Amino acid sequence: MHPALSVIFFTTASGAGYGLLFLLASSCAINPASISLYEILTMLALGLLFSSAGLLSSMSHLGRPERAWRAFSQWRSSWLSREGVIASFSYLPALLLGVLMWRNDVWIAMRLCAILLAACAIATVLCTARIYSSLKTIHAWHNVYVLPAYLLFALLSGAIWNIAVRGWFSSVCSVEALIATMLLLLLSVILKLRYWRFIDTTRSASTAETATGLGRFGQVSSFERPHTEQNYLLKEMGFVLARKHAQRLRRLVLLLFAATFIVLGMLLLISTSLLSAVLATLAAITVSIGLLVERWLFFAEAKHLVTLYYDTRQR
Amino acid sequence: MTCLPQAKSGAKKLGLVIDLDICVGCHACAVACKEWNDGGDFGPLPDENKQQREPFGVWFNRVHTYDVENAATKQQMTVHFPRSCLHCETPDCVTVCPTGASYKRAEDGIVLIDEDKCIGCKLCSWACPYGAREYSEVRGVMQKCTLCVDRIYNETLAVEERQPACVLACPTHARHFGDLGDADSAVSQLVAAREGYALMPELGYQPVNRYLPPRPRRDQRNAVAKAQEEKIDLDQLPPLLRWVDKLLSR
Ligand code: SF4
Ligand code: SF4
Repeated sequence: MHPALSVIFFTTASGAGYGLLFLLASSCAINPASISLYEILTMLALGLLFSSAGLLSSMSHLGRPERAWRAFSQWRSSWLSREGVIASFSYLPALLLGVLMWRNDVWIAMRLCAILLAACAIATVLCTARIYSSLKTIHAWHNVYVLPAYLLFALLSGAIWNIAVRGWFSSVCSVEALIATMLLLLLSVILKLRYWRFIDTTRSASTAETATGLGRFGQVSSFERPHTEQNYLLKEMGFVLARKHAQRLRRLVLLLFAATFIVLGMLLLISTSLLSAVLATLAAITVSIGLLVERWLFFAEAKHLVTLYYDTRQR
Repeated sequence: MTCLPQAKSGAKKLGLVIDLDICVGCHACAVACKEWNDGGDFGPLPDENKQQREPFGVWFNRVHTYDVENAATKQQMTVHFPRSCLHCETPDCVTVCPTGASYKRAEDGIVLIDEDKCIGCKLCSWACPYGAREYSEVRGVMQKCTLCVDRIYNETLAVEERQPACVLACPTHARHFGDLGDADSAVSQLVAAREGYALMPELGYQPVNRYLPPRPRRDQRNAVAKAQEEKIDLDQLPPLLRWVDKLLSR
C-alpha cells in the first residue's frame, strides 16, 4: 500500500496523544492528588495537540475535506466513522477535566470525567486499528497482531511522553513508572518481531488463480496489462517495497527502540532533574521516530489483493 | 446508509455475465463505458495529462490478458479478462464507508457512489479486492461502475438500448446483462449451462457478476506430434517431390 505521509503521521501522532490522555485520565481517576494542576494542564494540552494534529493531517488526506462532517453519520457499520465520532467526542471530557481540575472542588465529577476520557482514548485507538485490521483485502493487516500493536504503541508513546512532561515539572520520575515503560517497550518489540515473522511466513489464501477463476486450467500469469501507464490502483495499492529496504528499515526500528530502552535505563540511575528531563525528552523523540518508521513499514509492506490482477508472476 | 440492505429471496440482482471463451480483448467495452459515463449522470471521468506522455484517469472497466499454463500438459492458452465492479451481495466497500456515499440499492442490488456525499477518504477502494473503484484526483471523489443505471431504466432510450454501454458495444457478444436473482432469466440459464463462476469466492463478498470459463482448447501439442508422426510413402511421389522431401528433411 502506498505509504501516505498524512495517514502515517495521523496514526502515530494521534496514538501518542490518546496514549498520553489515557495515562493522564487514569491517574486522575485513581489518585487526583498525585499530580499538580499545571502538570495536568500541560499534559492535557500536549495530548490534545498530538491528537488534533493527527486528526487535521488525516483531513488533509481527504479529497473533499469540507464535507468531513458527513463522516459522523455511518457509525453503525464503519470503523472510520466510529473513530471520527469518538475522537471528536473525546474533546468534551478532556476540556471538562481541565476545568474541573482548575476548580478543584468537585472530585466525583472530575473522576467520572477522567474515566470517560480514558475510555474515549482507548476506544479511538481501537477504532483506528479496526479500520485496518478489518480489511480482508490486505493480508498484512487482517490478522490478530494489528489491534494489540496499535493499542500497545499508543500506550508506549503516551507513557514516554508522559515521563518527559513530568520530568520537566518535577525531578521525580518514579522507578515503577520507568520500569513499567521499559517493559512496555520490550513487549512492543516482541509483538513487532512476531508480526514480521507472520507476514514473512504466511500468505493470503487468494491467488491469481482464484482472482481470475482460471486456476482450473493452470497457472495464471499476466500477459498484457489493461493500460501501459499507471492508474489509481497501481499508485495507491501497487506500491512494492524492495525486501532489501524493508529489512534495513526493520533494523532501524529495532535500533531506535533499543536506544530508547537504554535512555530509559539511564534515567533509572540519574537524579539531577534537568538532565533527566532532557534525557526523557530524547527518549520520547527516538521512540516517536521509531514508531513513524514502523508505521511507514506497516503500509509499505502491505500487499493488496488487487495486485494479483497485475503482477501475477511475482507471488 | 452504508449498512447493507436486507437480503430477500427472489430479490432482483442485476449484473453482468462475461464469456471468457469469446472475449477477444478488443477493449471496446472499456472505451464505450468511458465514453458513456463521461457524459452520463455519474460523469465526468476526467483525465490528467491527456495529451502528454503519462495520461492518467478513471476507467470503470479494465481488460487484462492472461497466459494460463497447465503444469502437467504444458498446454497454454491466452485469456482476455475484462474486470469491473461485480456488484457483490455482501461487499465491504459499502460498509466501510463513513459517509453513506457508498451504498447498495435494495431494489436491484446495484452498488453505487453518491458523489455529492463522498469525502474522498479512499477507504472503500482499499476494501474492494477486485480493483473496481478508482479515485478521481480531479474531482476529489471515488468513482465506479454504475451498471449504467442511467441507461437501463432510461425511458428516453429505445428499449433495446436500455442495457449497459459495455454490453451493447461488445462486437463478439461476450457480455450479457440481466437479473441473476431470477433462476429463469436468460443470464442465469447461461450461467447454469456453462458453469459460470464468481471471482475470489473465498472472501465472502458474494459477487453477482459471473464469468463463463473458456471452452476446452484443442490439444495443440498433440496436433504437432501427430503431424510429425505422419508417414509419407516416398515411392508414391514423383521424382521432383522426392527430391524436395530429401532436401527438406536434411
Ligand atoms: S466489486 Fe468491489 S466495488 Fe464492486 S461491489 Fe464488489 S467489492 Fe464493491
Ligand atoms: S471514498 Fe467516498 S465512497 Fe469511498 S469510503 Fe470514502 S466517503 Fe465513502
